[in-house]
Amino acid sequence: MPTYRLSINGEIRSVAVSDPKQPLLYVLRNSLGLTGAKYGCGLGQCGACTVHIGGKAVRSCLVPVSSVGAKRVTTIEGLGTPAAPHPVQAAFIAEQAAQCGYCVNGMVMTSAALLAQKPRATLGECKAALAGNLCRCGTQHRIERAVMRARDAIGKPVEKRAAEDAGSKA
Amino acid sequence: MSAVAKGGGALSRREFLKASGAAAGVMVIGAAISSRALAQQRSGADAALGKTLDANEVDGFFAVHADGSVTLFSGKVDLGTGLRIAIPQMAAEELGIDVARIRIVEGDTGLTPDQGATAGSTGIMRGGVQIRQAAATAREALIGIAAQRLGRPAAELEAVNGEVRPKAGGAGVGFGKLIGDKRFGLKLDAKAPLRDPSGYTVVGKPIQRPDVAAKVTGQHVYMQDFSVPGMLHGRVIRPSSVGAKLVSVDEASIRGIGNARVVRINDFVGVVADDEWDAIRAARALKTTWTKEENLVGDEGVREWMRRGPFEADETLMKRGDARAALAAGKRLKATYYWPVQSHASMGPSCAVADLRDGKAMVWSASQATHRLRGIVARLMQLPTDVVRVVYLDGAGCYGMNGHDDAAADAALLSRATGRPVRVQWMREDEHAWDPKGPPQLLDMEGALTADGRIWAWKTEMFLPRATASLPNVPLLGPAAAGIAQPMGISTGLISQNGNPPYAAQNVEVIVHWLKDAPLRPSNIRAPGKVANCFAVESFTDELAAAAGRDPVEFRLQGLSDARGIEVLKRSVALLGWQPRPSPAANGKGVATGRGMAYMHYKNNETYVAVAMEVEVDRGSGTIRVKRLACAHDCGLVINADAVRAQIEGNLLQTLSRTLHEETKFDRSAVSSRDWSSYPILTFPEVPEMLIDVVDRPKEPPLGAGEAAATPVPAALANAVFDACGVRLRTAPFTRERVKAAMVAMATENKRKA
Ligand code: FES
Ligand code: FES
Repeated sequence: MPTYRLSINGEIRSVAVSDPKQPLLYVLRNSLGLTGAKYGCGLGQCGACTVHIGGKAVRSCLVPVSSVGAKRVTTIEGLGTPAAPHPVQAAFIAEQAAQCGYCVNGMVMTSAALLAQKPRATLGECKAALAGNLCRCGTQHRIERAVMRARDAIGKPVEKRAAEDAGSKA
Repeated sequence: MSAVAKGGGALSRREFLKASGAAAGVMVIGAAISSRALAQQRSGADAALGKTLDANEVDGFFAVHADGSVTLFSGKVDLGTGLRIAIPQMAAEELGIDVARIRIVEGDTGLTPDQGATAGSTGIMRGGVQIRQAAATAREALIGIAAQRLGRPAAELEAVNGEVRPKAGGAGVGFGKLIGDKRFGLKLDAKAPLRDPSGYTVVGKPIQRPDVAAKVTGQHVYMQDFSVPGMLHGRVIRPSSVGAKLVSVDEASIRGIGNARVVRINDFVGVVADDEWDAIRAARALKTTWTKEENLVGDEGVREWMRRGPFEADETLMKRGDARAALAAGKRLKATYYWPVQSHASMGPSCAVADLRDGKAMVWSASQATHRLRGIVARLMQLPTDVVRVVYLDGAGCYGMNGHDDAAADAALLSRATGRPVRVQWMREDEHAWDPKGPPQLLDMEGALTADGRIWAWKTEMFLPRATASLPNVPLLGPAAAGIAQPMGISTGLISQNGNPPYAAQNVEVIVHWLKDAPLRPSNIRAPGKVANCFAVESFTDELAAAAGRDPVEFRLQGLSDARGIEVLKRSVALLGWQPRPSPAANGKGVATGRGMAYMHYKNNETYVAVAMEVEVDRGSGTIRVKRLACAHDCGLVINADAVRAQIEGNLLQTLSRTLHEETKFDRSAVSSRDWSSYPILTFPEVPEMLIDVVDRPKEPPLGAGEAAATPVPAALANAVFDACGVRLRTAPFTRERVKAAMVAMATENKRKA
């Protein structure tokens, strides 16, 4: 079985797979126990499987594991945790921007990549960046609010951000 | 499962720990706990958990532990809707305890009472209300115990903050000390007094949902993420045409793909493998041949088929005055509306894990109705019900019955055949092609006005697939293919409601022609039937208003007497800054702007909702752009203000998607819209500005928010398009091609008239 050394969330992980064409999504979910990235379509049409590779948001359902090489892979688990969320995650919590939340991995990962590239992204740029991320529950409006909140929070001192997030909901 | 101990015997601490520990759906409200760890604890439990499941017993719903915390056992489940916080809020308020001290177990047939499917907007209205009554009964009991203990009359005591204490002040006794880990042994008391809403401290508050933080950090364990040791991955190969028989399977075609192997049971064919990717590769590589069937009408033939039948019966749903005579006498308006077959189109294809070994069945499912599914699994697998346990785990939103129950049956079949636990994950094309579909609807409308522009006569004639009487469940695909007998028929939800105008009219008739069948296997889809019925009724109301030369809002208000209805109607248009004038607006060429609205009193006796919107229509391309979307909503007492808003937003955007884009495409043999490009849904650039006004009525009973706001969207949109450019859209979805065609037809008609 071919074995690959991958850089996942800052750690080197070794995985053996039966098929070099196996998409990264299945390697993450089944071999590495990182189930944050979701299977939605396997066709690159929905965004549920989004991860960062070399800082860019990509569809892990379309990336053969053999093509990843030494590039840094970040999954939603590596972005932040409930105790120490990434500003985008904190904003999604503050806005309660999930219904079923099945799409939310893709929403968080795509917007985090957008804001890393364009810290002052406008609402229009946010909509355009998320145009390929589908949500069936109709949470888009909240997701937009969350991304705008994250944008405004990034750049503020951490303590101020935390205080505001805590105060944003009763 | 039958309760192990009946009556008032104390449940030992060990029994209780066992019950709540095995309850792996336990969610600690407000605390960061890994739901992964909890979900993993679920396996291994069997039916004998020693807890009553009786919905008439307080112990069915509540356990108060020695440490004063409470476990709430809810038969209703959170489908992404916020019940996971709203129901504990209702319980916390009645009990008199911090909501953070309540853990909730949902939809576990070994632990929770059967409260019926989580469907039809009943989660709060029935499920929550039942649990609230259990909580009130429990609180009275706790006060009674404390009265004895403290030697004071119960009337002088109150339950606050997890303890019973004298109203006048002084030391109290904690709930844990009063009853910790013992049974209440009490029937629900329908007369147990409820707290006065004016003193509510928990109900109504926008408390954050306990699962959101875990969901946005990738920690929440969905059905799709769940695994058990030794589990195989399964995929089912569906026939190339609906109803086809399996002619042959070439097992050699998957040789060399890991340890993948074929499972065949009559026409049911699946593959299993240790590795999920191997299972997927094998399912794709497996060579199967099927008979060719051509028994479907095709999406383009549905409309005609609905008129042609075969029919089973006609039914008169409403008759007031003599609509036929009145219509024959006056100048009548006629119009036909059509709503297509649609998919639930869940973001995550359906998934289940089943473990059928040792004569028992353990099933994990995102079903809306785990208790019903338990009975189905028992029947299909010929097992006694009490050895079957079904545990709910969150799936992707389902909005009615999607493929979850089918996936559970698939997994059960594969597990029984292999003697291993099996996870079945449907692929995208499985979900789009094979989830049970929202049925099509056809409505003929006729109306006439009085001389002073009021509704004089109204007739709605519906053509609808008829749900099979007393069918226990939607027949499932796997067992049907495997040749396992199950009750056959069709299931639709209550699709004939709200075909009547909600406005005063002297002569009204609503009839339905019940079709014997449906074009594709149907099930309930969000707000069953009422999205299309409101589309027809409220669009046609607008047609009458236009014929009368009246402003659409003013026209509606003159016929509306229900104060709560009037309120939402007025509030929705106020949000938009509605200027009264008749439709259509006098618009020039190019891009036209318009506004429209629609109103709904859900099921004629539940939630009130009105939707208004502003649109732009590009006459050249046929593109409709919704700019602002406003909604006023009255579902009585609001339990969680933010969760209600989220439901309203979801209803509005999802139905905008259904109205603008969605139609399941199929030919004579099978569904062809099998992905997101052939079955597109709303995307971010199309999301409008949203304005929502929630009317809170603390003195009124709480009603559902999961469906009602979906219903006025199509008519409000059609009415806005008419206002913008004079084109009346009567067939959904409102695709660009359709808008353009309607534009051309209008131009031709105008030329003919000129
Ligand atoms: S699962 Fe990768 S884009 Fe849908
Ligand atoms: S929140 Fe359910 S699909 Fe987006």
